[in-house]
Amino acid sequence: MLQAIQQKIDPTAGLPDVKAASEAKSLLTVDKVTLRYKTPNLLITATEDVSFSVERSDRFVLLGPSGCGKSTLLKAVGGYMAPVSGSIHINGRPVKRPGADRMMVFQEFDQLLPWKTVLENVMFPLIVARKLPRREAEARAKEYIDKVKLTRATDSYPHTLSGGMKQRVAIARGMAMQPDILLMDEPFAALDALTRRQMQDELLQLWEDTRFTVIFVTHSIAEAIKVSNRILLLSPHPGRVKAEVIDVDRARQDDGSAAALERDIHNLLFSESGHRE
Amino acid sequence: MTSPQIILAADVTTNRQHTNVAEVEQRLGSLELIWGISAVRKTVLIVVLAIIWQVYASYLDNPLLFPTLSDTLTTLYDRFADGTLPSRIWTTLQVLITGYVAGTVLAAILTILAINTRIGTDFLETMTAMFNPLPAISLLPLALIWFGLGASSLVFVLIHSVLWAVALNTHAGFLGVSRTLRMVGGNYGLTGLSYVMRILVPAAFPSILTGLKIGWAFAWRTLIAAELVFGVSSGQGGLGWFIFENRNLLDIPAVFAGLLTVIIIGLIVENLVFQTIERHTIQKWGMKE
Repeated sequence: MLQAIQQKIDPTAGLPDVKAASEAKSLLTVDKVTLRYKTPNLLITATEDVSFSVERSDRFVLLGPSGCGKSTLLKAVGGYMAPVSGSIHINGRPVKRPGADRMMVFQEFDQLLPWKTVLENVMFPLIVARKLPRREAEARAKEYIDKVKLTRATDSYPHTLSGGMKQRVAIARGMAMQPDILLMDEPFAALDALTRRQMQDELLQLWEDTRFTVIFVTHSIAEAIKVSNRILLLSPHPGRVKAEVIDVDRARQDDGSAAALERDIHNLLFSESGHRE
Repeated sequence: MTSPQIILAADVTTNRQHTNVAEVEQRLGSLELIWGISAVRKTVLIVVLAIIWQVYASYLDNPLLFPTLSDTLTTLYDRFADGTLPSRIWTTLQVLITGYVAGTVLAAILTILAINTRIGTDFLETMTAMFNPLPAISLLPLALIWFGLGASSLVFVLIHSVLWAVALNTHAGFLGVSRTLRMVGGNYGLTGLSYVMRILVPAAFPSILTGLKIGWAFAWRTLIAAELVFGVSSGQGGLGWFIFENRNLLDIPAVFAGLLTVIIIGLIVENLVFQTIERHTIQKWGMKE
């Protein structure tokens, strides 16, 4: 089973021709992107020369220890920060600012607008960003609220929901917009372990239904293997591409191949001597 | 080595779950329920204070210093009946609402400029730092020179008392809106004024409401004080002038009636207007602890 998993240990060597072949049709291309941000007294390089591309219907996971710039990378794809060098293209257009073609799902529970009910929260971007008429927006919002199994909570305000329900609303809100790509920034990290497993299953179920494209940031190797079909491994300080794991969905729980893959990825991430986590 | 086993608890069945609701949820006693309503507790307090007032004033028996509650209420009723107090209240409220609305609108413009431009932020911060500590009433002599005797001087002072309190709280509220919510707004492609109105204002509404409340209290106090000092200037005269006038006539029950009116109007605005807004917004949204 492991033979099916190719690991490109040195991505910069093999990448240019891969990129040239796929650039025309890739949904998202991130090309040699370097990201820096300022704290009051430091200029921090979050990622350096990171390149990857995401195809339609990919479940693409950015995986790495803290400090590898995976969240920053996702924010750059979201349009919240501009790369110092390199470029990010979606559907051939450069990413310049945040937009509804890339809906974000955040880790924080406060991402829902507390002054709107569940239904209004899902409808709101459809009305302001998609310019749908109210009735159409309501119908589509209800459809996606049904999909995440929150029909009973349609008219509740977010503060009455549990953490898992809030994240489901955020996912429904993102999916109802039918964006080119759904960006999920550790969406289940703040949930308890049982709810997290349930949410991972539900996310996969939703993907089976609609085959949306998603980039998913996580620091949990197990979650990455469960959720993704491709994993980009990043090394920390600064974030660089360490390897890419493809055909992850062929790893299975029952024959132990998932556990073996988990061990391999773990060894790869923490092989550097002197690195402790 | 044996494999793990799951042993089910014998007496737990799905049918029994609904039968023992009564044991899990027990109603509180009715006395306890009534005492749990804060309005009831506060009413009891007010009644106790009123009784103490009446008893002490009767014991003192000196209407020039401390009239009884019943005297005060009688005077209050008489002055309402003969139309003096309603017209005084109306004069005061007209000036008050003009000043309050003007101050709030100015505060809105200033804070919207401040949240969108850096120089606007600097301007707002400098101005609030300078003028917030300055009691509005101290500008009244200057206002009388600039705008003459009349309502416009009072409105000027009122604007000053409302503007900085509302602007300071609103700005602090905008700055306190979480990064996530601001990113959500950006994600929807909202910018400029629509971003402020659709994301920042509702998200910062608890602070804005606090600012509006503080602004209201400042305005109310400033106006009564201004009328007490320069009340005769505003033509017909308002509540403050009513108090001042009756003190000069040594009609102390009327002075108390005037003070009571000031308190009652303050309570009505606080409890009816602001609490209703609060119940329908930040309490419903779970934004208030």
